[in-house]
Amino acid sequence: MLAYALKRLFILAISLAIASLVIFLVVEVAPGDPASFMLGINARPDTVAALRAELGLDLPVHERYLAWVSGMVQGDFGTSYTYRAPVAQMVAERVQVSLPLALYALLLSTLIAFPAGIFAAARRGKPGDVAVMGATQLGVAVPNFWFAMLLVLLFALKLRWFSAGGFPGWDDPLQGLKALTLPAVALALPQAAILARVMRSALIDILHEDFIRTARAKGLSRRQALWRHGVRNALIPVLTIIGLQFSFLLAGAIIIEQVFFLPGLGRLIFQAITQRDLIVVESVVMLLVFAVIVVTFVTDLAYAAVDPRLRRRR
Amino acid sequence: MTPSLVSKYLGEREGQRPSHLSDRTQSGSKPLLEIDALSLTIHGKPILRDLSLTIAPGEIVALTGESGSGKSMTALAAMGLLPQGAETSGALRLDGTNLCQLSERRLCAIRGREIGMIFQEPMTALNPVQRIGDQVAETILVHKAMPRAAARARAAEMLARVGLPPERVPPSRYPHELSGGQRQRVVIAMAIALRPKLLIADEPTTALDVTTQAQILDLLRELVREEGMGLMMITHDLAVVSEMADRIAVMNSGEIVEQGATARLFAEMRHPYTRQLFEASRHRADLPEARPDGPLLRVETVTRHYPGPRQGLFRPGRAQVAVNGVSFEIARGERVGLVGESGCGKSTLARAILGLEPVQAGAITLDGAPVYRHGKPDRAVRRRVQVVFQDPYGSFNPRHRVGRLIAEPFHLLDDPPRGPERAAAIARALTDVGLKPDHAEQHIHAFSGGQRQRIAIARALIIRPELVIFDEAVSALDVRVRAQILDLIADLSRQYGLTYLFISHDLSVVRGITDRVLVMRSGEIVEAGETETVFDNPAHWYTKSLLAAAPSLPRPPGGGQEDDREPDAR
Repeated sequence: MLAYALKRLFILAISLAIASLVIFLVVEVAPGDPASFMLGINARPDTVAALRAELGLDLPVHERYLAWVSGMVQGDFGTSYTYRAPVAQMVAERVQVSLPLALYALLLSTLIAFPAGIFAAARRGKPGDVAVMGATQLGVAVPNFWFAMLLVLLFALKLRWFSAGGFPGWDDPLQGLKALTLPAVALALPQAAILARVMRSALIDILHEDFIRTARAKGLSRRQALWRHGVRNALIPVLTIIGLQFSFLLAGAIIIEQVFFLPGLGRLIFQAITQRDLIVVESVVMLLVFAVIVVTFVTDLAYAAVDPRLRRRR
Repeated sequence: MTPSLVSKYLGEREGQRPSHLSDRTQSGSKPLLEIDALSLTIHGKPILRDLSLTIAPGEIVALTGESGSGKSMTALAAMGLLPQGAETSGALRLDGTNLCQLSERRLCAIRGREIGMIFQEPMTALNPVQRIGDQVAETILVHKAMPRAAARARAAEMLARVGLPPERVPPSRYPHELSGGQRQRVVIAMAIALRPKLLIADEPTTALDVTTQAQILDLLRELVREEGMGLMMITHDLAVVSEMADRIAVMNSGEIVEQGATARLFAEMRHPYTRQLFEASRHRADLPEARPDGPLLRVETVTRHYPGPRQGLFRPGRAQVAVNGVSFEIARGERVGLVGESGCGKSTLARAILGLEPVQAGAITLDGAPVYRHGKPDRAVRRRVQVVFQDPYGSFNPRHRVGRLIAEPFHLLDDPPRGPERAAAIARALTDVGLKPDHAEQHIHAFSGGQRQRIAIARALIIRPELVIFDEAVSALDVRVRAQILDLIADLSRQYGLTYLFISHDLSVVRGITDRVLVMRSGEIVEAGETETVFDNPAHWYTKSLLAAAPSLPRPPGGGQEDDREPDAR
């Protein structure tokens, strides 16, 4: 198990190195000079050149790359061109919203999807299954922003249980959590619909396996066989989807952040791109890649925890 | 958990044993399982018709017949595990209780406790993510027969009982760490953990090698004898049946056509179907005299190894040798057999001869030309060798018509026939294997297993290869179909003077269809020679043990010719 984890960790480090290089190069070849963009079209060439020097844009490419990477390793993500503020600080503020939101949504989606998927698989072809499948079909089809607006209409405007948007910060954790509830639900439902379908089909496949028949021959009821032998085996494809979903939730919440006026990572990167704030774009993308790779690493460890065949030596 | 505590919990059931045993020693004792005029339909389709059968405690009753005869459904009916849409009539009584009328809850209480079941496929019958000890203990725990700790100890004891002692195979192992035979032992341990009265074994050794099969059969016999269980043994293999069973029931399309005590049934064989099965089981194709004519295939000190699991991040794994310094020749017109148990390297060797894989050392040449050159199979050589695989279901693309399927090898030719010429070649190939030219227009799902294997042979022969490799080509077929396919191969040999390498784990098949045989073990050829000589006078201990382990058929009725298989070897 340890050897397996170390091997995964090694792969993680290599992936990060490659990702940083690719991100740097892509941003580098993207058209548009940040300095002239910041100063406007009427800027004098020597002003632009001065700004370029100040931003370090006149240095050779490899030096800039090394400076960027070594800075990141030390927690220095550089300074935003447009906001004139340290990127690390900006990102830290946004992560405080995005990370809890993603985790919250993931938790909700898992809590909905597992019971729904297992329920449907156990009643394959029966009315319960048809109902769950119909609901998930709807969940997959309905765009989450539209669903978010419905939530706002009902729970914020009509019932007044939640505020319609904004984020009060974590000074009062309960208030913070409350502000994230509607966005998390809006994010979670489509994900839950997908996850429930994956859970159902994985479990139905597993229920046809020989070892389920063996379990039944031992005297387990259908339900016992499903819970004790089916669910854990069905977790492997489900974990894959959860890993992918978390990565998506972290960065893909841009629209939901807009709908609920949340200062999250998605909005930050959107603004940074429109303002050609390369340092911010690079750093946030790198951070997201880092998150995705770490999530993949955790998913790999989870696989090994679930499936002993993946840990070659214990 | 101390042994005394275990025996305390066991005591209750052990105590019943003597009376149980005395039951069966009385002749004509009341049966343990009584199947009485059982009929079964699934979604209205009749599966079993008017089945009557009894099994007494301590008795081994074999259900035999070809695939689709209803053997397995009978077993599932006894377990109450029939698929959805099943409707039964008649009765299935265990100790006088009609199982057909029990609620699902009562059936759950009986399964595993009163009736244990062993399945065919040990590779998939165990939950891959659970330790074997836990899986055995589950049988005990689900019936709340003992507290957890006692159940664990009992599980370990049962695993030792079936030949998996904790010092060699600890209960903390996972199924993937065990061999097929060991997994089957785990399945048996699960089935007998609560000492059920009735054990049902559905083809328990079909997926195993002969030597492993012999061990598992010994174990089952011993369990029946010592625990006084009744055993319903389902198998298509008449040789296994004749060695194991006290009584036999022969099934054909959902009916028992004949049943009786083993010796008597084999002596009388009143029903024609029984005779057909028996004849087909000992069938030997009439192979024409071989006329070897100069060397064709030459395999010289070939070694093939695969990288093993890595030892560390930068340390490659130790190589696993699949084929180790193998040398042999096949002359034009010669029929050579290659026998050995699973994992001995037979199939790796076949792949290497087909040029599908490179070899690490040695050379494989056909008429002096290497089969594998510049990192790929040599086309000019490749077209002279064709292959027929084991699985008649998986080796065809289901979306293509038969005509297109069997014409596939044409792509190996530089100038493949087209139009009417191609159609004629397809028609000819189909006629050669006993099918009709019209069959070219059908899809593969319309054909039975035997017909599919005929199509596979047609595909292999359509470009008139000089060497054909039959890789377990008849292993998945029922005996009667197998006999027909062997006859077909003999006929084609007569017609076209085939040269082939016939790979099989089944010694009796190889004996009837080859001139020379190679015995392979752990990647090496341990014995080679004329087929008859090797079978009659095996020189190597391994060949001897293979022959000894293979179950054999009794002599045919009417004092006919003795069974072909080596009688001394038993």
